[in-house]
Amino acid sequence: MPKVKVPRKSTAIDMTAMCDVASLLLTFFILTATARQPEPLTVDTPTSTVKIKVPETDIGTITVGEGKVFFGVKGQDIRIAMLEKMGERYKIQFTPEEKKRFSLMESFGVDIHQLKQIIALSGADRNKPGLQQGIPLDSVGQSPSQMHEWLYQARIATKEINDKQMRVSIKGDSKEQYPTVKKIIDILQKQKVNKFSLITSLEGMD
Amino acid sequence: MAELDTGGGGGKHKGGKVRSKKQSTRVDMTPMVDLMFLLITFFMLTTTLAKPQAMDLAMPDKNDNKQDQLDVADTRTMTLLLGNKNRIEWYIGLVDNPKTPPTVENYGKDGIRKAILDKAKEIKAATGKDLIVLVKPSDKSNYRNLVDILDEIKITNVQQYAIVDITEPEIGLLKRDGIY
Repeated sequence: MPKVKVPRKSTAIDMTAMCDVASLLLTFFILTATARQPEPLTVDTPTSTVKIKVPETDIGTITVGEGKVFFGVKGQDIRIAMLEKMGERYKIQFTPEEKKRFSLMESFGVDIHQLKQIIALSGADRNKPGLQQGIPLDSVGQSPSQMHEWLYQARIATKEINDKQMRVSIKGDSKEQYPTVKKIIDILQKQKVNKFSLITSLEGMD
Repeated sequence: MAELDTGGGGGKHKGGKVRSKKQSTRVDMTPMVDLMFLLITFFMLTTTLAKPQAMDLAMPDKNDNKQDQLDVADTRTMTLLLGNKNRIEWYIGLVDNPKTPPTVENYGKDGIRKAILDKAKEIKAATGKDLIVLVKPSDKSNYRNLVDILDEIKITNVQQYAIVDITEPEIGLLKRDGIY
């Protein structure tokens, strides 16, 4: 009886098609990914089970950690408008170059009188820990605190440019003591902002 | 592998044609595909998982006008006092005359969540109305405690809740139980 010979086939598969698909997907994900901005204050947000994502536009974020408070608004045009208004309020002139540089800053946390020095620094120097000491929360005499003013001007700028209510979110560090958070909530309530979001990261049900 | 036939030079190979050896054009794509998928996985995870969540919180309007303020029934009010060391103390009713003795609990599934669920059921059965929860964070509690308790309220589906300032007798209560 003759033996049936099975022809040996090569085990190598043509990977070209697979490679095509992979690179297509890769390109898609690279383009849709948004680069993570460096933050001057890194905070470890507490976890919760809520599944609502933070909106991308018209949002102001107050970052609280180590007793310091930082503030940032989404949108470069809004940042410029906010800075102009704050300049008027505190009688500080900002050059167009400074405005441009400020609009690229994701968040900041200094007294407005030191803002010019922070703007002049390069991005890497600016975000060194310990350099920015936080926005003052206490009101001086009759005038409200600087944090109050920043928030108020940011809300006006958002309303003027995008004709929308700015959402306010608080991004606090897990270990932050409650009194600091309380101060922020008081500032918000003074402006009749009674609804705001707390930024948390994801956790399971238990 | 790839040589250019310059033609006009003609110095070296007199007469004979230069013929490069025919090689297979197939490249082994497997490592490349591996790398691609690694990068895809990386980008997919960083884009979709890194996005933070927003917990919406509505505070009661700060209105000094006393006429607009409603008193809440003490029979269905549960007060949670957030102390230090990640502990909670809770009671029902008024601080000087609590309906249940103040109890110290932990956060989490077996601690405060159970207490809230039990009490919500009891009060629903007794009065036919829903439980009201008042959260009073003390100065010794931290931000994580606040978020945790709000999360518990969301999980237990309590509809009426508020964050209120803590009062002196309540701080005294926390001090008595050693969590302030």
